[in-house]
Amino acid sequence: MTTVNNNHYDVIVIGGGITGAGTARDCAMRGLKVLLVERHDFSTGATGRNHGLMHSGARYAVTDHESAKECIQENMILRKIAKHCVEETDGLFITLPEDDINFQATFVQKCTEAGISAEIIDPKQAILMEPSVNPELIGAVKVPDASIDPFRLTMANVLDAQLHGAEVLVYHEVIDVIIEQDRMVGVKLRNNHNGETLDAYATVTVNAAGIWGALIAQMAGVKINMFPAKGSLLIFGHRVNHMVINRCRKPANADILVPDDAVCVIGTTSLRIPIEECDDMRVTPEEVEELLAEGMKLAPSLGSTRILRGYAGVRPLVASDDDPSGRSISRGIVTLDHEKRDGLAGFITITGGKMMTYRLMAEEVTNLVCQKLNINKSCETATTPLPGSEPKEETKRFSFSQKAAQGRHGTLNDTIERGEAANDALVCECEGVSVGEVRYAVTKLHVHNLINLRRRTRVGMGTCQGELCACRAAGVMCNDDKSAQKAINDLNGFINERWKGMQPVAWGDNLAEAQLTATIYQSLLGVDKLANERRIEYYEI
Amino acid sequence: MANETQTQNVSVNNFEQCLKCSICTVYCPVSAVSPEYPGPKQAGPDAERYRMKNKEFFDDALKMCLNCKRCEVACPNDVHIGDIIQAARIKYNTHRPKLRDMMLANTDFVGTMASPFAAIANPILKLKPMKAILHGVMAIDKHRTFPDYSSRKFESWFKKNAASEQDKFNKHVSYFHGCYVNYNYPQLGIDFVKVMNAVGYGVHLLEKEKCCGVALIANGMPKQAKRQGEVNMTSMRKAIANGHQVLTTSSTCTFTMRDEYDHLLGIDNHDVRDSISLATRFLFQLIEKGEIKLAFREDYHKRVAYHSACHMERMGWVPYSTQLLRMILGIDFVMLESQCCGISGTYGFKKENYERSQAIGKGLFDQIKEVNPDYVATDCETCKWQIEMSAGTPVMNPISIIAEALDIEATRKLNNLD
Repeated sequence: MTTVNNNHYDVIVIGGGITGAGTARDCAMRGLKVLLVERHDFSTGATGRNHGLMHSGARYAVTDHESAKECIQENMILRKIAKHCVEETDGLFITLPEDDINFQATFVQKCTEAGISAEIIDPKQAILMEPSVNPELIGAVKVPDASIDPFRLTMANVLDAQLHGAEVLVYHEVIDVIIEQDRMVGVKLRNNHNGETLDAYATVTVNAAGIWGALIAQMAGVKINMFPAKGSLLIFGHRVNHMVINRCRKPANADILVPDDAVCVIGTTSLRIPIEECDDMRVTPEEVEELLAEGMKLAPSLGSTRILRGYAGVRPLVASDDDPSGRSISRGIVTLDHEKRDGLAGFITITGGKMMTYRLMAEEVTNLVCQKLNINKSCETATTPLPGSEPKEETKRFSFSQKAAQGRHGTLNDTIERGEAANDALVCECEGVSVGEVRYAVTKLHVHNLINLRRRTRVGMGTCQGELCACRAAGVMCNDDKSAQKAINDLNGFINERWKGMQPVAWGDNLAEAQLTATIYQSLLGVDKLANERRIEYYEI
Repeated sequence: MANETQTQNVSVNNFEQCLKCSICTVYCPVSAVSPEYPGPKQAGPDAERYRMKNKEFFDDALKMCLNCKRCEVACPNDVHIGDIIQAARIKYNTHRPKLRDMMLANTDFVGTMASPFAAIANPILKLKPMKAILHGVMAIDKHRTFPDYSSRKFESWFKKNAASEQDKFNKHVSYFHGCYVNYNYPQLGIDFVKVMNAVGYGVHLLEKEKCCGVALIANGMPKQAKRQGEVNMTSMRKAIANGHQVLTTSSTCTFTMRDEYDHLLGIDNHDVRDSISLATRFLFQLIEKGEIKLAFREDYHKRVAYHSACHMERMGWVPYSTQLLRMILGIDFVMLESQCCGISGTYGFKKENYERSQAIGKGLFDQIKEVNPDYVATDCETCKWQIEMSAGTPVMNPISIIAEALDIEATRKLNNLD
């Protein structure tokens, strides 16, 4: 048994989602010695499985004033500090003939009260602004919604944490907590690649594991009432809309359509599920049907647009502490100081909230950590740009892939090697990912397999879903680490992971595409026969 | 329900139907010689998704596309890849056309200006100092030979020598002669009239004919192309109302008016499209139906190699021309491998494209030299310029070869015209 660098940390942050990454950044910026641990890859939970919507807060304005206020404040902050992750699209809240138009007045009033600019737009004007919108709309309100890339946002926070001295371990899972005399002093970690275990010690441990935080708490003998709510979404092959389109009514299923990068996403459904199901969620045919039918009410052309895949995430909803029945659910930020709450010192859980408010959550929990460590340093995350979003002049880019990479990495794009055919050759043609960009991701962005690479670069996220790029990417990675068997297993896993998302929408051209992919990888290359791990269902995430 | 609309998914230019198989890139003549060209798949359906996100993703490399449409012929899923690329150039290209491009594109205007001075213009355009000026100032490549201008326009010849004879026939067609026949090579038009008259068809010009606009589209002047296209459609509607088919002797004009008017310029041509046909196709179909017969001179002996122009391939009409030529017993017929000659209208004239243009056509030129025919036959006039310049073999339109081989008296007799 070893300990990490035989070192003692000020704080261990559990969870490589946006909350954990943001917390690690904030702690590191305040001078703390930080270890961030994640059992799989960054943003594999709720962070990587949502709409990619940067709420203006308007959605919550009528039902949850506090959340709405938090959203608009953070919205304005993220536009400045995470400029390369954000696309300032604006959003519409539309009223359809079946909706109550009187709701609009209340909506605008509540938005205004929360500090959200909400401007009533003539329906004809709305159609000019967003031609894909349902032309039968009877009302429209423009709000400062935007689109945000959660993978980039998480990575930028991790990079900044590292720049401020934080250590990061991915594929390291907390298998137990170390408690000495009513104080949590560290965690036992298992390296999920080789099974080795190690201990890491810290004065404070922050549980930012999302829905899985309930299980971490359980290890510490602490009970948190979590209510996993599954939300399913569909990704379309290209953008039909350039503004976020919402329904102007009380929040319901499948009423937000977000333009994300080169695609658009409709969602979500909402279904309570047991926590055991959170690790392997499937999109059901009923959900697909509902998402499509409701989505077509926002933008009718969705009905005839190719659907690339379906995916599902789980919201970490937390029961209010004084209501063990769980009926009263808070959507707000929940910071649990287990010293006060349960008599267990050195342990804090940060949960609830939304991706939108991750920075605020990180600030709150870091304040508490600093208080416990007697450190008096104020938070600077709201004003310091993330790596990639620094206010420096961007190099002018010409080719398609250079422009695409600029969007993904912001100013860090300049560090990608270019100029020679060997670097400029495309790995992923749909998303314009070059060999140079793959190499950059592999060396700088904690990439251990193709799925990690996809989250960093969009390899395999385009229309072909890995048909051409997966093999090339595996080739580049294999060249760099010289293990053919590992590359083949990885390739097999990646193709199966892509198929998982395509399966719920496998018809028409998407099915033909999947068939071609299967022919290439199975019949032509025999990847499934060459892989050591033959189970179709198995892949590392 | 929703799923039903999903299965009927048809997108603009079928761009969503792309299965990324990359067969188009294998058949792209530009990709074969210019690795810096993204290829039809990447420049077309792939990048289209990003251009839909933001027009900044338009890449100037798209100008390397020849618009040969061989990608579309190769595509197993009927994606209009070439149309996607051309449409992107029309929609997103922010550069205004250069003077050179305007000169090259306005075939009508330049032809009208040059014809009266053909005797002076032709030799001047061949002078080395003039070529150097064109090369340096206009960026028109100095290696390129300009097609000669004719001192008499086809229209003038027709009005003076043929028009009055046409009404005595029982059956009639209209002729879209195109700029090349009118300004550069009236002989093809004369040959056409000769052949049509021999099988009992009177030939008529359209009330108004404008350049089909293919060069305007390629050089970034879609608005002017659309205006000209509308004029042509109006004239053709009148001809069709008189019961005329509209025949042509240029594959590219035909293709532009039948397909690109609708796909790229948004001209509604659905009521006209099926009545526009290439003369060889029209003749072949009549022969097939037994409505006309051709008789050829017994003393005609030529070795003819047929080159499949790109737009002939796209229309799928190569067999009409080749089968017609094969009917001439005295022809020793050789089918050349189907590949782009590289000129693509005005493309090969431009300094920045010249080398690529010649590299694309090299395989074809080599094969022609090897086959060593008396004539190369092809349905496209710009292929003619390219092949004559680069392979040194005379190039004829199939209609001219038929006119040359035709036994007029015997043909008239077979068609009961005497």
